[in-house]
Amino acid sequence: MLHVAIATRAFRRYSTYRAATLAGIFTNSVFGVIYSYAYLALWDANPTAGGYDAQDAVTYVWLGQALLMTVALWGGGTTDDLAERIRTGDVAIDLYRPVGLVGWYLASDLGRAAYHLLTRGVGPTLIGFAVFHISLPSSPLTALAFAVSLVLAVVVSFAVRFLVASTAFWLLDQSGVKVMSGAFAIFFSGMMLPLVLFPGWLGTLAQALPWASYVQVPADVWLGKHTGADLVTALGFQLGWAIALLAACQGVLRLATRKVVVQGG
Amino acid sequence: MHLRSYLQIAGLWIRAAWQYPTSFVLLAVGNGLITALDFVGLWIMFAHLEDLAGFALHEVALLYGSASLALAVADTAIGSVERIGSYIRTGRLDQMMTKPVPLLVQVCADQFTLRRLGRLTQAAVVFGWACTYVDWTPTRVLVAVSMLVSGGLLFFGLFVGFSCVQFWTTDATEFANAFTYGGATVTQYPLTIFPREVIVGLTFVIPVAFVNWYPCLYLLGRSDPTGMPEAFQFASPVAGVLTMAAALLVWRSGVRHYTSTGS
Repeated sequence: MLHVAIATRAFRRYSTYRAATLAGIFTNSVFGVIYSYAYLALWDANPTAGGYDAQDAVTYVWLGQALLMTVALWGGGTTDDLAERIRTGDVAIDLYRPVGLVGWYLASDLGRAAYHLLTRGVGPTLIGFAVFHISLPSSPLTALAFAVSLVLAVVVSFAVRFLVASTAFWLLDQSGVKVMSGAFAIFFSGMMLPLVLFPGWLGTLAQALPWASYVQVPADVWLGKHTGADLVTALGFQLGWAIALLAACQGVLRLATRKVVVQGG
Repeated sequence: MHLRSYLQIAGLWIRAAWQYPTSFVLLAVGNGLITALDFVGLWIMFAHLEDLAGFALHEVALLYGSASLALAVADTAIGSVERIGSYIRTGRLDQMMTKPVPLLVQVCADQFTLRRLGRLTQAAVVFGWACTYVDWTPTRVLVAVSMLVSGGLLFFGLFVGFSCVQFWTTDATEFANAFTYGGATVTQYPLTIFPREVIVGLTFVIPVAFVNWYPCLYLLGRSDPTGMPEAFQFASPVAGVLTMAAALLVWRSGVRHYTSTGS
């Protein structure tokens, strides 16, 4: 119950900035249009690149724009608050509260993601549908699977961002690590270019890293590229990374707690 | 004279940032990485293609490098103007108004950061590589130099002009990104991938086509595939100066409109 309350409040907190949201939807849509034409030119020259057709490719572009803020690809979200509280030392208060730190921030990040999904996710998707006639999930089962995949994408991304914010325990300032992590996320998530286009070993590597859960996996689920056992494997891949990375968050927090005590608060 | 105040303020911020050398280095490397991976993306695209809308990799690299270079210069010099909304919210703009340096100079120099050196270096490398394929003549050198200067001016105008929206709605920071970073992204590709109406818009409304598209056609010795007048290939300085003048006018009316948050 407590975590639901945290999530609802995070949702409300983000919903205060209406002009920012509208400006963001506008910007996502402008980029959606640019990339749509770029991908159309690519698939016009090579109609089966990466096993996608032009329709899949354009749909992929708009899904990417919809996921950009929802999954917080560049980093940020509620973990920025954590990094700031570590820098100022306020985190010491958080640590003796009778609520787990990871659960607290995860709940509030899910609230944030829900708000961004409803605005900056749905907005560009509708515009992509109206202007470029993107594909919709072909069956209710596909839609349901996409919903599950999306939640897992946010959890994996949260865990990575939590780890990045935790570097502030040692570096005091997360900003350098955050920029590096954002650069990798944009590249290895398939945001910049679908991972199915990556050649050889680079493709194999990219598809195995946690970042693939951010965009490539949910988009493939939406496009119906995974069916039956393959779909279970794809969701299992995301779930596996989610569990492993959340465990890593707990581990890092335990190490960091020792450090806070050493500093003497 | 204004340049001197600008350099003084910028110098202060560099000294401040250098107090955290690890972060400073990581930020510069990280920003270089973003653009480097960006170019790797373009390169992977070409693994599936012979050419993009009739343009080979080294030709697209010329477009990419010049646009990226112009953006990097403008962004490094005056990118801070994006944050004007937060200066208004926190009341810092009022503080700045009381100081004996023009407001625009202060806003642009504020929180000056060298971390975009990463993007600048990467763009210069790509541009330099693409330049080795160009068949140089004295006029082409002149056009190339004027392209980089005018491109910088154009992005300068876009940054300042669209950031002024925040005088009216303080939290719409991202709106400007559609034109600044969006403009840089559009110009990475040969404009022939877009429908004709878009190209017309990018020529006459938001004139980013002059950042690199028209002058690069001249550098590459190609005739304009969209049939625009050849004179456009030399018109980048005009577009740059006009955009900048328009931006300064918008800035003036924004400052006039500004009445402080009152708190």
